[in-house]
Amino acid sequence: MKTITTAAVLAVLVSGASWAEGIAPSKVSFDDGLVSASLTGVPGDPVNGRDVFKNRKLGNCLACHVNADMPEESFHGEVGPEMTGVADRWEEAELRGIVANSKMMFEGTIMPAFYIEEGYARPLEDFAGQSILTAQQVEDVVAYLMTLKED
Amino acid sequence: MTRTRMLLSAACAALLATGAQADENANMVIDGTEMKIRADAPAHMENVDEIMSGWVFRSVETQALQLDDFDNPAFVFVDQAIDLWDKVDGSEGKACSSCHEDVEDFAGLRTKLPRVDDGQLVSMENLVNECRTERMGAEPWKWSGGQMTAMTALIGLQSRGMPVDVAIDGDAAPFWEKGKELYYTRVGQLDMSCSNCHEDNYGVMIRADHLSQGQINGFPTYRLKNAKLNSTHGRFKGCMKNIRAEPFKEGGDEFKALELYLASRGSGLAVETPSVRN
Ligand code: HEC
Ligand code: HEC
Ligand code: HEC
Repeated sequence: MKTITTAAVLAVLVSGASWAEGIAPSKVSFDDGLVSASLTGVPGDPVNGRDVFKNRKLGNCLACHVNADMPEESFHGEVGPEMTGVADRWEEAELRGIVANSKMMFEGTIMPAFYIEEGYARPLEDFAGQSILTAQQVEDVVAYLMTLKED
Repeated sequence: MTRTRMLLSAACAALLATGAQADENANMVIDGTEMKIRADAPAHMENVDEIMSGWVFRSVETQALQLDDFDNPAFVFVDQAIDLWDKVDGSEGKACSSCHEDVEDFAGLRTKLPRVDDGQLVSMENLVNECRTERMGAEPWKWSGGQMTAMTALIGLQSRGMPVDVAIDGDAAPFWEKGKELYYTRVGQLDMSCSNCHEDNYGVMIRADHLSQGQINGFPTYRLKNAKLNSTHGRFKGCMKNIRAEPFKEGGDEFKALELYLASRGSGLAVETPSVRN
């Protein structure tokens, strides 16, 4: 954990960014679809993660997943499984892997990989070379998913 | 009811459209004629048994707008095309009606397009613009512009109710293969193919949208969302942008090939032009 934190701090210093930029998408190491280490070393913020989940310009996870924790939202998609109790079914490292690149866990899935910056064809210019979410947004949404327990 | 009032009521329907449930078992009868909106999938489709019009997946309110030509807002534009038909344009001093006696003579044409002419894949827009540039000495219309979509709606309407029947063999085969490849290729930052949504997930909600099979038998289609007629290629472009993919060019080889492939996935469905969607 210590080394990761140091690396994250270094990344901030090097890039001059105002918040932890985290490990580069291509450097994330997957082990059977799992990502054990935090991408930033900064604990995820579940409140922000909740926004990432529903925000159409960020995760837009709600486009495909029913989420009982968001009754205030009128439209929940049903392409993927419901999110209720997702933290009972998966460990944090598994959830991080699923959000960062679900194709590592679910071969051929429709679910986008949220933390890759290459390997997709014909991106619109504004999005070329970028991941859908930042490393910290991935951590935030994972922290949020960890709160979705049934009991 | 005046046309203006009609458009207003359509705008109200737009607000309601997403909230109301679809009636997936409804049948479409227009002017006393039953339209074929479900059919056995053509043999070349390996993963789908039954093909269905996009109308099936729309809300009851949106469905209703297409059942009566007076309620169907697309007919405002069909009326404009009837005027365009007689309008002289270009250096030759001709109108469409100077050479084509009656637009009804185009009955059946929509069912066969796109098709291969002299080794080239041509869509209806190409045929119309060929007359404008080669025979009238007029400027071509923009592929998805208002005059073009109005005219392709008027011409397509002459085939309404007839089954889609495009050729995919012979010299059409290489174009069809190319279209098929595009249909199954993932693109964009979201890295999805047309098939991910319209083949693997039709019938389910993707946020506020009820996913259809992405059929094109109703094009050009009037959308409540933008209150105008939308071309087939314009729709492809929209879907590509939604997955953050750089769209192909409207009227370009890729979209024409995709159009042929999609038309073939709707073989047997009735031409519904001009359809109404949200
Ligand atoms: C385009 C649709 C789509 C989007 C958008 C999407 N997912 Fe998924 N997701 C799926 C599908 C489909 C599955 C099931 C895996 C498969 O393909 O077999 C899935 C699986 C999952 C799972 C495993 C669930 C379980 O119980 O097994 C989690 C967790 C998950 N998604 C989280 C997210 C998060 C968080 C986001 C947003 C950052 C997101 N998804 C966005 C379609 C989507
Ligand atoms: C100077 C005469 C002339 C004018 C003006 C003209 N056309 Fe044509 N058009 C033709 C001829 C000739 C053909 C080829 C007929 C054939 O191949 O059977 C044709 C073919 C077409 C076709 C393809 C028909 C088919 O079955 O393949 C369409 C559609 C069409 N015209 C639409 C229009 C429209 C719309 C206008 C007005 C914007 C127009 N034409 C103006 C002469 C004309
Ligand atoms: C992320 C999911 C998604 C993907 C991927 C996608 N579409 Fe769509 N498409 C939609 C939605 C949502 C609609 C509107 C509701 C409906 O008819 O499905 C739509 C509508 C359409 C329609 C209009 C159908 C009608 O009845 O009027 C066509 C045609 C279409 N899409 C073609 C395509 C093509 C071609 C591709 C691939 C280049 C594609 N779509 C990719 C989501 C998608």
